[in-house]
Amino acid sequence: MSEREVLELLRENARYSTADIARMTDLEEDEVEAAIAELEAAGVVRGYQAVVDWDKLEDERVRAEVELNVRLDRETGYGDIAERLARFPQVKALRLVSGDYDFDMEVEGDSIREVSQFISEKVAPVPEITQTVTHYVMTSYKENGIELGDGDEDDRLSVSP
Amino acid sequence: MTFELSDRVQAVPPSGIRRFFEIAEERDEVISLGVGEPDFSTPWAARDAAITSLEQGKTSYTANRGKRELREAISDYVADRFDLGYGADEEIIVTAGASEAVDLAFRALVDPGDTVAIAQPSYISYEPGVIFAGGEVLSVPTKKEDDFRLTVDALEAAGASEADLLVLCYPNNPTGAIMRESDLEPVAEFAREHDLTVLADEIYAELTYEGDHTSIATLPGMRERTVVFNGFSKAHAMTGLRLGYALGPADVIGAMNKIHQYTMLSAPTTAQHAALEALDSCDGDVREMVEQYDRRRQFVLSRFREIGMDVFEAKGAFYCFPEVPEGWTAEEFAEAVLREQGVAVVPGDVFGAGGEGHLRVSYATGLDDLRKALNRLEAFVEDHV
Ligand SMILES: Cc1ncc(COP(=O)(O)O)c(C=O)c1O
Repeated sequence: MSEREVLELLRENARYSTADIARMTDLEEDEVEAAIAELEAAGVVRGYQAVVDWDKLEDERVRAEVELNVRLDRETGYGDIAERLARFPQVKALRLVSGDYDFDMEVEGDSIREVSQFISEKVAPVPEITQTVTHYVMTSYKENGIELGDGDEDDRLSVSP
Repeated sequence: MTFELSDRVQAVPPSGIRRFFEIAEERDEVISLGVGEPDFSTPWAARDAAITSLEQGKTSYTANRGKRELREAISDYVADRFDLGYGADEEIIVTAGASEAVDLAFRALVDPGDTVAIAQPSYISYEPGVIFAGGEVLSVPTKKEDDFRLTVDALEAAGASEADLLVLCYPNNPTGAIMRESDLEPVAEFAREHDLTVLADEIYAELTYEGDHTSIATLPGMRERTVVFNGFSKAHAMTGLRLGYALGPADVIGAMNKIHQYTMLSAPTTAQHAALEALDSCDGDVREMVEQYDRRRQFVLSRFREIGMDVFEAKGAFYCFPEVPEGWTAEEFAEAVLREQGVAVVPGDVFGAGGEGHLRVSYATGLDDLRKALNRLEAFVEDHV
């Protein structure tokens, strides 16, 4: 159960120190460390990354959501296709989804040209892929549960009853 | 000309909180742990419902006692959460904040010369409310040794057996104390024995950590002598929408409604739409906020222990109540911390008897600020103690 609690706190903010996590829970610091080690060892926690608002940076970052349709045959399953695509570093996320298309793929690159080339040269030619629809991200409003707007000012009185 | 202000108004001194507000406003970069309201915004679904109601032009008065649908929702909610059974027709009144409900109750129940016992330290509005209604205040101090719970010893020592009303606020502002059923039982017995009417301000009921809130009105023989106050300000983060309610037997709610219908007409309509949605669909938001407060509570308590300030294990609301180090009064300490370190807390004296030597520290503030503020407090203690 303590692992669950620690996981929730890490999901809220992966940079909480183990000391702070211990203060916020009934756990001792070494128990927090053990819980994190266990989560990592079991492969539950796969990594820690910053949530970035690219619009706040000078350098361009191009991101696209790509819908992929595939045709399976006796030898090739979804897993095989996914594995092949996921190995490209340009692919940031890849999910099999229900609905009108099969895979939902997030691609990132330095320019539209780079991303387009990647899709037309590396993705589209994969024999099982029958169709790609690329949506370039224009503005992001929320990432990983974090709203990217300017946020609401704290307009509370500084001291109140 | 100068006005001849009424004796009742003149009898009430200016609020001690005001002074700290003014010092805090003068200084830059203050981190305030002096705030008595949530740092969360109202759950979006409730705000959205309020906006929609405005778009639909629902801007007229409601029934005096509040929209019937809302009273029904409140009736279901308090039954479900706190085991309180009150009918939507006659036993519930929706008010402009719990504040209005408290004031209505004083005006409906207090005659000039009546004595109102108030368990203290407590929220700052009860004493003035009693005085405005023409009553006399009897302070019943609670003690740190008792974890700031009200005991029969304290009631007897204060002479509360002679009082007409007793005001309780658990979970408590400013101490964060709660009272479990076993703590409430002797108080309930005292109330029955001495025929006291009980006013129970339970606005922080949802913010009870480690176990569930028990309302004194659920104890045997207490429903008929208790008025319960609750509202949307704290649990649903709706302070600015000004919506609360009172639960009680039909005659007292009827009397309160008589005052309300001539002084307020009805509680804010937009807020009533928000509240209805809050009860309908925002349980998850409330749970999430309570979880956040609980983590911060444990964080702050741990930090005070590390700093070496004595603090009792607050289990409710969003306050903890550490003791100031020896040689300081609460007021001196709070003022020095504010001036030197830019951390605002409220001296406990402001909340009446029993609060001396303590600070009210609100953790209705994000963890980053809490961390910074407690580091500053630590530096202050290292410099001075
Ligand atoms: C104990 C207590 N009761 C009542 C209130 C006022 O609540 P409302 O906003 O519903 O008027 C507060 C606000 O700080 C409080 O702490």
